[in-house]
Amino acid sequence: MQRLKLFIPLIVFAVLAIFFFVVQKQIGSGAYDPQNMPSALLDKPLPVFQLPDLLSGATVANAVLQDKVVLVNVWATWCPSCLYEHPYLLKLAQQGVLIVGVDYKDDAAKARQWLQEKGNPYLAVLDDRAGTFGLDLGVTGAPETYLVDRSGTVRWRYQGPIDERVWSETLQPLLAKLTAAQGG
Amino acid sequence: MVPELGHFALILALCLAVALVVLPAAGVFRRSELLMQSARPLALGLWVMTSVAFAVLAQAFLNDDFSVAIVAAQSNSELPWFYKFAAVWGGHEGSLLLWMWILSAWCVAVAIFSRQLPLDMLARVLCVMGAVAVGFLLFMLLTSNPFGRLLPNPPAEGSDLNPLLQDPGMVIHPPMLYFGYVGFSVAFAFAIAALWSGKLDAAWARWSRPWSMVAWLFLTIGIALGSWWAYSVLGWGGWWFWDPVENASFMPWLVGTALIHSLAVTDKRGVFKSWTVLLAIFAFSLSLLGTFLVRSGVLTSVHSFAADPTRGIFILVFLGVVIGSSLTLYALRAPTVANKTDYSWLSREIFLLGNNILLLVAALSVLSGTLFPLIVDSLHLGKYSVGPPYFNAVFVPLMSILLVFMGIGPSNNWKRSRADELWRRLLPALLASLIVGFAFPFAYRGQFHWGVVLTVCLASWVIFTTVVDLRNKLRNANGWSAGLRRLTPAYYGMLIAHIGFAVSVLGVGLTTAYTEERDLRVAVGEHAQLAGYDFLFSGTESTRGPNYSAERGLIVVARDGKQLAELHPEKRRYNARRDQVMTEADIDAGLFRDIYVALGEPLENGAWAVRLHYKPFVRWIWLGGLLMALGGGLTVCDGRYRLQRRATTVAAAVAA
Repeated sequence: MQRLKLFIPLIVFAVLAIFFFVVQKQIGSGAYDPQNMPSALLDKPLPVFQLPDLLSGATVANAVLQDKVVLVNVWATWCPSCLYEHPYLLKLAQQGVLIVGVDYKDDAAKARQWLQEKGNPYLAVLDDRAGTFGLDLGVTGAPETYLVDRSGTVRWRYQGPIDERVWSETLQPLLAKLTAAQGG
Repeated sequence: MVPELGHFALILALCLAVALVVLPAAGVFRRSELLMQSARPLALGLWVMTSVAFAVLAQAFLNDDFSVAIVAAQSNSELPWFYKFAAVWGGHEGSLLLWMWILSAWCVAVAIFSRQLPLDMLARVLCVMGAVAVGFLLFMLLTSNPFGRLLPNPPAEGSDLNPLLQDPGMVIHPPMLYFGYVGFSVAFAFAIAALWSGKLDAAWARWSRPWSMVAWLFLTIGIALGSWWAYSVLGWGGWWFWDPVENASFMPWLVGTALIHSLAVTDKRGVFKSWTVLLAIFAFSLSLLGTFLVRSGVLTSVHSFAADPTRGIFILVFLGVVIGSSLTLYALRAPTVANKTDYSWLSREIFLLGNNILLLVAALSVLSGTLFPLIVDSLHLGKYSVGPPYFNAVFVPLMSILLVFMGIGPSNNWKRSRADELWRRLLPALLASLIVGFAFPFAYRGQFHWGVVLTVCLASWVIFTTVVDLRNKLRNANGWSAGLRRLTPAYYGMLIAHIGFAVSVLGVGLTTAYTEERDLRVAVGEHAQLAGYDFLFSGTESTRGPNYSAERGLIVVARDGKQLAELHPEKRRYNARRDQVMTEADIDAGLFRDIYVALGEPLENGAWAVRLHYKPFVRWIWLGGLLMALGGGLTVCDGRYRLQRRATTVAAAVAA
């Protein structure tokens, strides 16, 4: 009986190992990508939202996205990867890419300071202090970015910071296609 | 041609590592002294070959040989030489080679410093370490060869080391961390050797104690450096992010801390043997798991500069073999006969066990916090993010209890303490820490603050009980100095390490409570105030570094009309990585406060957005880490380890 107890660590480890193995297999076959999970929202309309704007306080709703191809970028000041991503977003904004920010589970005062200090790449920033919109989106963490087309449909989702590689390999072609297809 | 020599040296190293597994093991089974003797020279050979490979790679970096793929990816001809050298481990392949080199260095260290170890144990220990080396060498040669070439058309210039890594802290942080990680492989090898031989006794604990301590102290320094690096480089004054990569180094540290305490009990009292072995296996397993999590791309993080999912399966299989087989061995061979419990519920053993359990629970909660989002998500149960709130909620209570135990534990006797005696001895310390704890926030800020009261009470509890214990130890000596001389280095090591932990706790608690920060727009010649300090912004100028150009600000800090410091925060743009702008903060450091200034964005008319931080006691976090490492170092220097080891070998020889 005593001997059996000594097997507990092994069993716990075996379960974990099998789990990791399955995840790795799925990553290998492309079925699961922790950095770019096919969102449940893919090709579905972006959830309805009605949140105050972080800077002006005015209520912002889905109408702000109407008739535009927009990146919806979930970020927060507590997230170091967002800090890494921020300069690149500024660059994209300068190039004319439309980005709507979702300030997720964050301290509004800190977030305003952040934008004031580092620059604001966003068309509008939704103040999602309670994380309700994040929950609707199925956000796992920040940063996370969604590409929404003119009809308000989610076309692409990316977890992790947007950088040169993501932009040139995936995002830019997709954005160009969507803009062209729907009559830019 | 030269890089191929490095590749060849790695292949030779693999052959030697295989021999290091096979020959000594055969020696153990066939009781052949000659075969067992081969372990030492083989370990040395492994180290020489790995060193050759490392030197070749370092040479390629220093000479800007951009035909080597990782040199082209991670270096640049304009990079200063020390960053070129540090760039060797700035990516996946190079950091693996560094890992491997450190493992071989540990093998040699064991071969040299274990003269007193019985030959069959040495053969077993080196055989286990050889097996780990085989795994890492195979991994490197099959999936991540550091000597891959970009031929026939090598690039003329490299794409430069990630600017975040161009920091003095980053030159020494990874080697320290790896020395710690890999150092637990020695404790692990000793544990496996003990299970294998069936001689799981107090002697085993004594042999592995100094090794575990050295590994732990390197890991402590490594983590402290990593935190300091994040503070000074990420540019926004944070010093710990509960990021997966940080957690990967923190988990082995927590378990390693439990291990060094548990080893002490096993050494001194011969109890908790199975538990100690399990901790040794866990500490190394978590080091490997950390590598897996960081390298496989299963978890993403800002710090993992070298992730590649395709390699995940290999590491996972390797991990499965190492951890699976050692836990199987543990399940089959660990002693089941419980020791006669000759310690009571109030004894040093019990408090050490309590501290062990707390540390293990802490490590497991970090593990689950790190893995939880992944597990829940891949089982399609929903999506969660686990952030600092979870870790803080778990850690504050756990560490509070741990600190209470740390105060009581050392004042206890082995076997049995008397409650009334303990109470009488510790009551003054309890009252003093309560008084200091409640008085501190009023004295410092004239305001009550719960977090500060808790922090200061607990930290001063540890410090005061340490003083009480020291006084108690001296009560029979003829005078202070004679008594102080009589105490052992190991005892002083414990005192310093415990006080170091209290100092770190003070740093964490007080910085969290009293940090002040402001983001403002300042025009040239404009003043700003923060926490009683005056900041004068005198504009910016353009400067050039070896491989970057920068805007360099000048901010004069003054207090009560007296100038304290001139700070030069910078915004750097690296020549080879145009789109990455680095915020180089400037810090006026002090024991009781840091003043931290970072440039934000340039605004109109020479005005800038700046971020000012006032961070009291932040240095204490790392100072405490250094004290802990110093304590560990003192303990290792204690001559009793070596003397006792000799005594046991003699005893064993006589018994045989």
